[in-house]
Amino acid sequence: MIEHGINATHAVVTLDVPLPGIIWGWMITLNMWAKSIGTGVVFVAAFLWYRHNKDEMPNMRWTMPLISFIALNVFLLFTLVDLHQPYRMINIFLHPHWTSAITVGAWMASLFTGLIMVMMLIGGFDAFPDFRKNCGVAKTVRGISPFYEKIFPFVVFLAIPVTMYTAIIMAESSARELWQAPTEVMQMMWAALMAGSAAMIFVSDKWSKEARRDLALILAIATFFSFIMYMGEYFFSFKSSEAEATLAYVHSGGAYNTEFWFGMALGFIAPFFLAVSNMKSDNKTLLRFAAILALVGLYMAKDVWLKIPQMLPLS
Amino acid sequence: MKLGFLVDLNLCMGCKGCEVACKVENEVPLGSWRLRVKYIDIGVFPEASRNFTPLRCNHCESAPCERICPVSALHYLENGIVNIDSARCIGCAGCMMACPYGAIYMDPESNTADKCTYCAHRIESGMMPACVVICPVEANIFGDVEDDTSNISLYIMEHQGSGVQVRKPEKHTDPKHYYVGGGTQTLDPLAQQRLEGYNLFNKITHLEHVGDPHHGVLDRFLAPFAGHAEYDNKSFMDSEKSDDDSYEQEGGH
Repeated sequence: MIEHGINATHAVVTLDVPLPGIIWGWMITLNMWAKSIGTGVVFVAAFLWYRHNKDEMPNMRWTMPLISFIALNVFLLFTLVDLHQPYRMINIFLHPHWTSAITVGAWMASLFTGLIMVMMLIGGFDAFPDFRKNCGVAKTVRGISPFYEKIFPFVVFLAIPVTMYTAIIMAESSARELWQAPTEVMQMMWAALMAGSAAMIFVSDKWSKEARRDLALILAIATFFSFIMYMGEYFFSFKSSEAEATLAYVHSGGAYNTEFWFGMALGFIAPFFLAVSNMKSDNKTLLRFAAILALVGLYMAKDVWLKIPQMLPLS
Repeated sequence: MKLGFLVDLNLCMGCKGCEVACKVENEVPLGSWRLRVKYIDIGVFPEASRNFTPLRCNHCESAPCERICPVSALHYLENGIVNIDSARCIGCAGCMMACPYGAIYMDPESNTADKCTYCAHRIESGMMPACVVICPVEANIFGDVEDDTSNISLYIMEHQGSGVQVRKPEKHTDPKHYYVGGGTQTLDPLAQQRLEGYNLFNKITHLEHVGDPHHGVLDRFLAPFAGHAEYDNKSFMDSEKSDDDSYEQEGGH
């Protein structure tokens, strides 16, 4: 019978060892999400300072590096905590292996965090001149205030590879074919712009309407293009049998299907419309709501994309 | 010299002797395997057949695990073996993400990545890998693939017409582990179904944790000061029993 003929082509695994489940879990998602904020705010600040007078965003000089510094420390903390031998992290600096994007990324991210810390200190002490007025460190930092503007272009430049190196790690993770896409690089960049603009919205209360409108514009563009890229990956990404099998699993309503679509609707579609509407009528509360949705949705989307390829058996 | 492995699947009878020998020789902890033999059933009764596929590290010439390792814990030996230095490994699991063959595991005792090394320590002493010695039907053939007169080279030449295969050649990893008598259904995991609870002797399809189940986030930091508690195989089995067996559980993270 024909159905037996079809069954005869099926191979069934009848005895095997248990396979590892999800190896890179929520800590790596959080790591990528936090890094998106840490570098994204730098891009957003660069754009806004290019477009507007600094007086229109009076607090950005210290809030931007502060947000970035906190996010980068969350990113570094969870990078460290996710290691099974966290104290050996030092080996990345003592025994670097330069073909590894993990090594290159760790060096760049450390340098980037250092520079952001300097900017945070300068920005903070300049913004609050009475704070620790007689402290030697504060005096020294205030003395090098122009250094902030000098290193900022370099920090913006460095933020690009720091944003993108995770995509290279994914490209090197050759066992997970869903990640082997050139679009991952741009996806990281859109995620940074999305997270950066969303994070800056929370400190934009006293900014000019025009500056806030630009923030909404960045959020709208980033959510739109990020969503389109996810859809492209989701529906057309038939690059290989493994990537196809991964996506077929999600398409068929498998685990993470709900989280993926929830993330798309909550984090991309809703914030897009909220941000667009905010460009016409300046509504701070709605914009903040859009920012929260975007940050939550981005986490969910990243989480799904990280986990689903790990569910395929490799052998 | 480039050491390689060839398994003649026509000869393998699934006795798992190689699996046990490997476990003993390398003191591989419970719940981890450097080498495993997978049973695959093909067809329907009365035309059904059972196939046995030993799976181990492929010691690729272009090894993705070596490339992604941030600290060179994974490195090439002069004889082509992809070796691992556990003392240097930071446990980032990047290699587990990079290996297309799923051949690397997180050792639950050392919390570092580990895998088959073709018994590099035995080879250094002029001995054959433990799995080769134990195989009752000589299905495991090991030797220098660059030496035309070696057993493995002669075997490859002899069987090249009937098909000498590697797993996932499209990955361009240039594996040094060959199979004779294999096919898509035995070598391609996507051509196989893994039915929940269908296994012969156990119903566990996915591990609950990566690395030591008792090595939580805080333990990772405190272990060097507090001393690593002695967890034996029994404690590992207890933990397996106590947890539910959902594949969505994320172990060690």
